[in-house]
Amino acid sequence: MRRSTSKFYHLKEIILLLFVLFSTLAFTPIPTENGYDIGDVVTDFKLENIDGKFVSLSDFETAKGFIVVFTCNTCPYAVLYEDRIEALNKKYAKLGYPVIAIMPNNVTTKPGDSMEAMQQRAKEKGFTFPYLMDVDQLVYPQFGATKTPHTYILKSTKSGPVVQYIGAIDDNYSDPSLVKTYYVENAVDTLLNGGLIEVSKTKAIGCSIKI
Amino acid sequence: MKYGLLTLTLFIFSCNTNQKEPAPLEIYDFTGIEPFLNRDDSKTYVVNFWATWCAPCVKELPHFEKIQKNYTDDVEVFLISLDFPHQYKTKLQPFIQKHQLSSKVIVLDDPDMNAWIPKIDSDWGGAIPVTLIYNASKRVFYNRTFTYKELESELKTFLTP
Repeated sequence: MRRSTSKFYHLKEIILLLFVLFSTLAFTPIPTENGYDIGDVVTDFKLENIDGKFVSLSDFETAKGFIVVFTCNTCPYAVLYEDRIEALNKKYAKLGYPVIAIMPNNVTTKPGDSMEAMQQRAKEKGFTFPYLMDVDQLVYPQFGATKTPHTYILKSTKSGPVVQYIGAIDDNYSDPSLVKTYYVENAVDTLLNGGLIEVSKTKAIGCSIKI
Repeated sequence: MKYGLLTLTLFIFSCNTNQKEPAPLEIYDFTGIEPFLNRDDSKTYVVNFWATWCAPCVKELPHFEKIQKNYTDDVEVFLISLDFPHQYKTKLQPFIQKHQLSSKVIVLDDPDMNAWIPKIDSDWGGAIPVTLIYNASKRVFYNRTFTYKELESELKTFLTP
């Protein structure tokens, strides 16, 4: 008799445990398949920089936000934007919005994006921003980045960095002098002035991230 | 002397083949491309967006060529190149010649991407390759790469009466 009671309790406990588990799952925000959307809180990461040190967003204690750019050495669109990414860091790092560049490609597929190649390119171009490698390819899917270059503007809040803008840097990849709308600059300027971003999502051609 | 003449003749011939002008490219902005995405006749159109610098695009390109060769009557393939203008002569035209592309190649040159990408498909983030298959009654956008088998079985869903 005792035995069966204890068995019964086990079953009850298991059912309770399952119930708790399921309800926890149901209320835990799971990032969608497509990654972050505007207003989502970004989970911090820890990725290796070209100088061998590891970088997290939380290292930038005084940052008002971030310009996160998924970029690489080998995509021609990314290359066309290299100088403009550097210019963004020069202009906005001191205003509290540093550029954080993340290289998302699998280096076995794209050897031209290896850590050595990233270091070399950064040296040649004089990059002043962290150029990190998403070595396990776990960070770019969290963001929902699909291509290079792909830009996310984050704003620091009490609950963490919140996504404010997703998309292109500006509206003319081929010629910086013909740009009519500076999407990223407009968005960061708006955030610095405490306003609401008018265009928070844009599309642009890029190279698919190599897996 | 005989051999000298032969060499000279061969040299002239090889020069001639090298100097053969490549077929001129059809280059459009998005307004010019739109009609190719909206034909309203009895054919099924397979529209692939690619570029010579895009490795996965180049890898699947032979499948589109094979489709064009195997379905000549009721299917037309358009290969829309997103190559950069400064590489039309150095990369794109030599690529078309080297691979003897038989499908129609059209070049899209329109830097204001945010204006036209959503018009092709609202779910397209802008990474290539992508493919659009459409006819008068059905239209599907594919944000993916294809093997020949996969492409053919997708195409067949448009062709079954």
